[in-house]
Amino acid sequence: MPQRIETLVMHDSSTPVLGDMEKGGSVVLTSVDRLVAAARSNSLWPLTFGLACCAIEMMSTVASRFDLARFGSEAFRATPRQADVMIIAGRLSKKMAPVLRQIYDQMPEPKWVISMGACASSGGVYNNYAIVQGADQVVPVDVYVPGCPPSPDALIFAVMKLQEKLRTRKVTSISQIGLSELLLPREKDEEVLA
Amino acid sequence: MSVEFFRDIAKPVVSGFGITARRLKHRKVTVMYPEVKREQYPRTRWRHVLKRYDNGLEKCIGCSLCAGACPARCIYVEAAENTDEERYSAGERYAVRYEINMIRCIFCGYCQDACPTGAIVLQKDFELADYKRESFIYTKERLLEPLPQVV
Repeated sequence: MPQRIETLVMHDSSTPVLGDMEKGGSVVLTSVDRLVAAARSNSLWPLTFGLACCAIEMMSTVASRFDLARFGSEAFRATPRQADVMIIAGRLSKKMAPVLRQIYDQMPEPKWVISMGACASSGGVYNNYAIVQGADQVVPVDVYVPGCPPSPDALIFAVMKLQEKLRTRKVTSISQIGLSELLLPREKDEEVLA
Repeated sequence: MSVEFFRDIAKPVVSGFGITARRLKHRKVTVMYPEVKREQYPRTRWRHVLKRYDNGLEKCIGCSLCAGACPARCIYVEAAENTDEERYSAGERYAVRYEINMIRCIFCGYCQDACPTGAIVLQKDFELADYKRESFIYTKERLLEPLPQVV
């Protein structure tokens, strides 16, 4: 049976937390936390999910005048397998909702969602039977951007808000950095906890 | 080193980089957004502000015309009577509650056009993105201009 590493314990409210010094984590993993956050927040690859007119502003955000590449997000991917953040740009119809959910499910963890514009965030003026009243009914949304459509600067501000969220949030469980499979087999864990 | 080499390889490479070199002389178009904010156009419409008169009274008289004009139905106004003891606005009534659902608003500016007293004005603050849906309900406290400083 492999020796249990003290700082890597499964997370519940009473046990020490990975990388959280106040709860008994280690110094090394605190730095890893910061490194992971820096790496993630500076290479957010968006998924092109233009559904309507907001997509035009999204395109102009990546173009040379506003240049989202300055934030490490220039690589817009047409496949969910290579994307980190889904920018839902435009009104989400009820017919499109299952497609959106499927594409969200195909994105690898960790993943984030920016809901761009009034229609994606709340339905906007389209309070009718055809439009989903807020994309958060289908996928969890991290940042909402109001506007019809939001200007490129407003979208860049939202990307910055998302980066800020990634930097301030602690990596609280091992599974979030993908070490759990390597270091802690599930059944061994239950033995220790029992 | 033949004619074919210059024609097929060297010349296209040189002329290709020539385009790049000419581009280097052009003016930089990128707006370095968080540090430098571009000048907004004169009629840009973003975040609403509820205005006051110079004496501190609110301009809004709670008539709900803005709510009626709103195509997205994102404004809610609840009015009450002014009394001589408690006077908030210049008219007979004032808005007790004035809420805008900023995430449903499409910033069309119809509320500004409809307002008879010029109380609601769409200004140019576009940095409105946030994490929670609840935080987009802008209450009267958030929309109202601060009281003018008494000199």
